[in-house]
Amino acid sequence: MSEETIVRSAKSEAYWQQLNCRFPAANKIFDACIVEAKSELSEEGVSSYIDNARFLGKMGRGVEPLLVYLEEAPTVATLVGEKVLPDIKDFAYFLSTNTNFKAIVPFLQSLAAVTRRLHSYEQLQQYFELLKKMIADTSGSVHGHHTTFPSPGLPFLLEQAPRLLSQLSLQGLSNWMDYGVRYYHTHPERQKDYFSLQAPDAVAVMQRERHGTLMVDHERQLDLYLRGLWQDGDYLVPYSLIFDELRKPMPYFDDYGIRLPDVYDDYNGVSGINRYRAVLAHIAAHRKWSSKMVVDNWSPFQRIAVEMFEDSRVEYLAMQQFPGLRKLFLALHPVPDEDDLSKTDMSLIRLRLALVSRAILDPEFKLKNDALKTFVDRFFATMGKGESSSPEMADIALSFIAKTRRQTDLSPNIYFDNTEVDYRDDNRHLWIYIEQGDEEEDTFEHLEDQQRDDVDTLPPRHYHEWDYSSQIYRPDWVSVYEAVQAAGNVRIVDGILEKHAALAKRLKAILDALKPQEKVRIRYQEEGSELDLDVAIRSLIDLKSGSQPDMRINMSHKNDGRDIAVMLVVDLSQSLNEKAAGSSQTILELSQEAVTLLAWTIDKLGDKFAIAGFNSDTRHDVRYSHIKGFSEKFDEQVKGRLAGMQAQYSTRMGAAMRHAAHYLEAQKADKKLMLVLTDGEPADIDVDDDQLLIQDTHQAVKELQQKGIYSYCINLDQKADEYVADIFGKQYTVIDHVDKLPEQLPKIFMALTK
Amino acid sequence: MNDHAQYNINEEPFYQAQSDEVELYEAAYAARLPVMVKGPTGCGKSRFIEYMAWKLGKPLITVACNEDMTASDLVGRYLLDANGTRWLDGPLTTAARIGAICYLDEVVEARQDTTVVIHPLTDHRRTLPLDKKGELIEAHADFQLVISYNPGYQSLMKDLKQSTKQRFTGFEFDYPSEATETTIVAKETGVDAELATKLVKIGATARNLKGHGLDEGISTRLLTYAATLIKGGIEPKAACRMALVRPITDDADIRVTLDHAIETIFA
Repeated sequence: MSEETIVRSAKSEAYWQQLNCRFPAANKIFDACIVEAKSELSEEGVSSYIDNARFLGKMGRGVEPLLVYLEEAPTVATLVGEKVLPDIKDFAYFLSTNTNFKAIVPFLQSLAAVTRRLHSYEQLQQYFELLKKMIADTSGSVHGHHTTFPSPGLPFLLEQAPRLLSQLSLQGLSNWMDYGVRYYHTHPERQKDYFSLQAPDAVAVMQRERHGTLMVDHERQLDLYLRGLWQDGDYLVPYSLIFDELRKPMPYFDDYGIRLPDVYDDYNGVSGINRYRAVLAHIAAHRKWSSKMVVDNWSPFQRIAVEMFEDSRVEYLAMQQFPGLRKLFLALHPVPDEDDLSKTDMSLIRLRLALVSRAILDPEFKLKNDALKTFVDRFFATMGKGESSSPEMADIALSFIAKTRRQTDLSPNIYFDNTEVDYRDDNRHLWIYIEQGDEEEDTFEHLEDQQRDDVDTLPPRHYHEWDYSSQIYRPDWVSVYEAVQAAGNVRIVDGILEKHAALAKRLKAILDALKPQEKVRIRYQEEGSELDLDVAIRSLIDLKSGSQPDMRINMSHKNDGRDIAVMLVVDLSQSLNEKAAGSSQTILELSQEAVTLLAWTIDKLGDKFAIAGFNSDTRHDVRYSHIKGFSEKFDEQVKGRLAGMQAQYSTRMGAAMRHAAHYLEAQKADKKLMLVLTDGEPADIDVDDDQLLIQDTHQAVKELQQKGIYSYCINLDQKADEYVADIFGKQYTVIDHVDKLPEQLPKIFMALTK
Repeated sequence: MNDHAQYNINEEPFYQAQSDEVELYEAAYAARLPVMVKGPTGCGKSRFIEYMAWKLGKPLITVACNEDMTASDLVGRYLLDANGTRWLDGPLTTAARIGAICYLDEVVEARQDTTVVIHPLTDHRRTLPLDKKGELIEAHADFQLVISYNPGYQSLMKDLKQSTKQRFTGFEFDYPSEATETTIVAKETGVDAELATKLVKIGATARNLKGHGLDEGISTRLLTYAATLIKGGIEPKAACRMALVRPITDDADIRVTLDHAIETIFA
């Protein structure tokens, strides 16, 4: 260790002594730090700063915590007050003593950035509390090891904390952390992914907790806006702002749609939704009035000038149609500072353009600079003659660049303040390039085509799942794959129908009573379609005999039809392969018989109906087999699929019901009924908590109800009473003697729909 | 039956012709051809018929059809009377007797069996059999049948049978062009052209949304309502929201979009 001799002032030397530190690295930076601290903190503050630093230096966790503290602490203290200095030390010490000492450095490093987002001492305290809670929940011991393991996610969380807080409120951060802790506290690797924002659900939850107006929530309104006011329409595709702090992406449009930021906060009195509308108005105006121009010969400066004049032109035209847009644009357009035109050490091209743009937009904004004013006047003179055109704007822009050119324009130091108009798109649609640049041409394009192999299965549909413990939906949690059920031997089904011929005959009798009577006579109508002679004569007799006659002597007819759509969802989980109690048949065989008979019954009744089976192998693979669609007849093909039903895996009922509901929802019918035939409770191998899927299914039932779908469960589990009421309320039947199922099911159905 | 005068139209209704429909109608009437007018609600169908009846000097009997309407409601029925029952002519029968123009408004709303009773009146026979009464009415020489319907409903159930459709000559109405509509709104209500232009622009916005959550755009009729309200001293934006937006939709997204359109147009 080589001791460098560093000469410092007496005061600094006193502080150095107070720090009582032997690390040479600390020695090196100490001077710079103490200068900063002295300029920003009070006398006591500096003293407290040194005391706490001394503690960190002697904590036995190396020099690094001390160094980071020395550098960061003064900033934090100036932001929220000097009383925070001991708190920082205490928290670092807390980390050091509870096995999470590796997190000390990230904690200190991110602290200044975090404080900048939180603004107040109280909020910072809450942040510490959140961290403590998270540490308590995620550090732990593994059975059999006599050590405690540090929290795997903590260092990653600390690294991401500034970014997280830039998007989330403290409450949002707390929710986001809770989610990660809840789902990944048993899984260190996943926990790391989550807290480092690598996991997709980390981003999804963050998105949900964000402040501001989310595009996804307002997509339809924006679509309607575009259609209604602009007679335009396109895909609206959000892009995320989370991962681009430095390089701010801009809205744009191309052949594949209009790209917009995923979220807008309110800004300068303009609500998020109106900011979206401003962007769309600008883009729609371009699409309406702009034309493409060849730009190969234009310099970058010329291009941005053309962009600015063209932007101003389309906005001018848009505001003529919709004068109210001016209010939005004015609020969103920055107000550049004309006085800065005197700066000589920077490229002011952006400033000059922004000034002209503002002056065109805002009649109140008076320019002093004559050169710029000429161009504003020239713009209005051109627009006074009509719509003008993109090339005409380009002419103005090119002469603008030529006339206002300055020596300093080429300076790398570019003036940016208040020159960015964030509701304008990047104008890529304006350009045509004749030369395609220097790259090799499309060498790999053919590969892309090859990789797009023919897919014969449907892409998965994702559904939310309800988590009862935190009362939130887990976003896009379950993937449902739908496929057509492989066909089996049709003769099996015909055999079932033969076997139950006697039952079918009895059912037929009930059916006939249920069958819709097309025309029903309604008597005693004052105004009807026909005279009801019986009543008319009776009334006449009344009249003649002097008593009050009944004037309702007409009758009419009305149609009395059934309008029901039925979706039968059959549980096809492994347990169906077991033999039913007191029967030689498996539950699957009995279910098959029951479903066949029910299908036959509904077919005879003439109601719309569909059949599907489901099972699941974790949330990533819920299989939904299509057996009969609403538009299919109960024919050989459907019978074949019924015969082909097989039982395997588990029962993730909620997802299957949601998927089935999206078909049933689309049906036009007065009554919609979803029958769920199952032999047990909802369960899956990736879920430990018995209640979770039960509650999720209950939630699905509630969702269905909101959509006007009545769900009804037919349960073959003798112990079903324990849970089935929790899911379906009163809408269920438990069948104790499974062998009676084929007989019971059609009867239940008919009783339900009577 | 001396109250036929009530069916006469004494004052000229305001009607702004969109193209040559007035001449075409006169020609159809000269030959007593049955006429069908199609078009979205509130675009001026009924006003047109009213105007033509006035121009031709014929009485007009209008029947607003609804889905519970039966054939008896058109033809007539027996009512109870001191001497037993008494036959009461329905509006169609009355029109055929007195030689009026019978206008069945929104005829698709009526049940299909109901519309069949007009068949014998619409071909060369020009008769109306009253089977319950046992009478066959020869239509008056001036009698003409006009029906209107709105193809915008696009419901399978609400369409005319081919056999009914093919008995009529047809006019297709649509919302008038912006310029014409501005004139209509201005003339009908007496507002200035600038306000009328703005209202028409809001109307156009809503018509663009047809099929995207709106079954029908804002009709000319509603635009005149809004103009009337504004003329009555109501603040324009409030009047537009009240007359143009609230009646036509319960859909929150559409309401917000149209409200915003009003904001941007009435800056």
